[in-house]
Amino acid sequence: MISTLTPPRTVTYREALREALFEEMEADDRVIVMGEDVGKYGGAYAVSKGLLERFGDRRVIDTPMSEALIVGAALGAAVVGGRPVAEIMYMDFVTLTMDALVNQAAKLHFMFGGQLSAPMVVRVQQGVGRGAGAQHSQSLEAWFAHVPGLKVVAPSTPADAKGLLKSSIRDDDPVLFIEHKGLYARKGTDPGREHTVPIGVADVKRPGVDVTVVAWSNMVHTALDAAELLADDGIDVEVIDLRTIAPLDMQTVLASCRRTGRLLVAHEACQTGGLGAEIIAQAAEHLHGLLHAPPRRIATPDVVLPANTTLERALVPDTDAIASAIRDLVRS
Amino acid sequence: MFAPNPTMAATETDTETLSRLYRELLRIRRAEEGILELLLKNKLSSTMCHVSIGQEAVAVGVCDALEPDDYITSTHRGHGHFLARGGAMSALMAELMGREAGACRGRGSSMHLVDASIGHLGSNAIVGGHIPIATGAALWTALRGEHRVVASFFGDGATSEGIFHESVNFAAVQRLPIVFVVENNQWAMSLPWAKSTAQQSIEVKAEGYGIAGVDVDGQDVLAVRTAARDAIGRARRGEGPTLLGLSTYRFLGHSRADPSSYRDKAEEEKWRLRDPVLLAHNLLMAHDFDEEWFEQVDRDIAAEIAAAIEIAENSPPASIGEVFSDIYATPLEGIR
Repeated sequence: MISTLTPPRTVTYREALREALFEEMEADDRVIVMGEDVGKYGGAYAVSKGLLERFGDRRVIDTPMSEALIVGAALGAAVVGGRPVAEIMYMDFVTLTMDALVNQAAKLHFMFGGQLSAPMVVRVQQGVGRGAGAQHSQSLEAWFAHVPGLKVVAPSTPADAKGLLKSSIRDDDPVLFIEHKGLYARKGTDPGREHTVPIGVADVKRPGVDVTVVAWSNMVHTALDAAELLADDGIDVEVIDLRTIAPLDMQTVLASCRRTGRLLVAHEACQTGGLGAEIIAQAAEHLHGLLHAPPRRIATPDVVLPANTTLERALVPDTDAIASAIRDLVRS
Repeated sequence: MFAPNPTMAATETDTETLSRLYRELLRIRRAEEGILELLLKNKLSSTMCHVSIGQEAVAVGVCDALEPDDYITSTHRGHGHFLARGGAMSALMAELMGREAGACRGRGSSMHLVDASIGHLGSNAIVGGHIPIATGAALWTALRGEHRVVASFFGDGATSEGIFHESVNFAAVQRLPIVFVVENNQWAMSLPWAKSTAQQSIEVKAEGYGIAGVDVDGQDVLAVRTAARDAIGRARRGEGPTLLGLSTYRFLGHSRADPSSYRDKAEEEKWRLRDPVLLAHNLLMAHDFDEEWFEQVDRDIAAEIAAAIEIAENSPPASIGEVFSDIYATPLEGIR
């Protein structure tokens, strides 16, 4: 079993998630996993591989192709004592679960006067990288930042993925846990067994003094690559990984902007109504007169994503695009 | 498909049960009449209010058949389910009046009632939105071997929602301990049952899912109770879910704003003769219950409702301060 092996020094994002599930299921028998093909198949992106063999079909439940039911039933189990982790195969399919997430899970604790709570996690993955097309590639995190009552996280590294998944499972609120299909094979430091990351805390992935770049999920790595590129030009970039989408840790972002005087938000989601708009609005409200240049965002244009890796690459901001946007910011 | 009977079916039930059921039917009827009065006097905190007058036998018959550890989920028309399950009259009245003593501390009003202590997992303002929640509760109960049963009340309109299919299908596959109570009041707002579905028999629908199903006179509280006991028994024995089709009628409009102009007055009159309270009353009369007994029940219920309204009126209004802090059950350590 994975969890009893001596931890390797590095671990993939996928392995980190799997270990978090193993450890939490071992520690707490109220934790169950449910979704489409999470059992024998091991999950569409192989995250739940081995769970069925270890924990059995009373704790690893293959459901019919019924996304609305998966989230709604996870909520029902959570309300009466379970701590379910539901898997929705693609973020795009979350559209089928909106009532359960938005009207039910997010509202229940407050609406019922605090009598009920929803300690549940909905794991999804989103994003480009496989030419998966218009209905399998969208980044929809901003929708859920607009729903009070939900917590939304989107880790970028194996350590954060593990730490945030463990925190999400232990949290008494509904957490939408957003993975990225381009991250599963990415390696990073193994944080070890008892590693948690608090929900609601952003992380400075690279300190710098000239400009603040805010990103999350896979875009963090693109931003870090851009920062390395610019280091050779003498531009010192600070990269903030939001890690939690809702509620936003604006204190970390604003504190960084106060030091650097420049802000760029980079996201894979399309531009209009994206999280970049909210972050820049808050920066404008709080940092008037303190910024050396107007804050900027760089995002995928408002297009329907084609099922074509070449076109995909042409549309989503890459290292060069981010580096170029940073150069413009620093020059202005 | 069910056709209304002129009299109540079961007469062999003991008079103690019958009198208990009658008392509960009347309690719900009078409570909702009181609620409508409060609404007219502008004493409710919300304009949304759907009463179940005419449908009381569904709530009473099913809840009477449940055990204390069982769960229910309910609808926007849920005052009756709340009371029948054992919810306090004062919690109902205070909730509707927006007071701290309310079931949801004055935040839910008519469409969102709850009492976790009696297994009431909440009434829901999204048609069908609670059916998967009930299914998930049944899943958990089954996984843990708790021998609890879940009864999920929803209307005929909810059977047209996709989530109804997903939930019943999953419960059937997993043989979950749940009773899907189709409280068929014949009208999904203004749409008649015949235009909601081409297969109007719940029993036949159930067959398609591979589970038990029955069509029952939902105005006959004894028939409802008997069918509910059968369904709950099956669920508790691990024999899986039941679709319990209960034919009933909403005597008033969908809400206060609705004069039910879409309904035939003759149809309304026909169903008025099948008033569940009246039917139970007549059966008790046939069992030699006298006027004095009925008057005493009336007085008891009136006193309970008056006391509940007084408790509500003396309770502080819901506070705005916690509107922010109570969004989450786990406060964020990260938010500084």
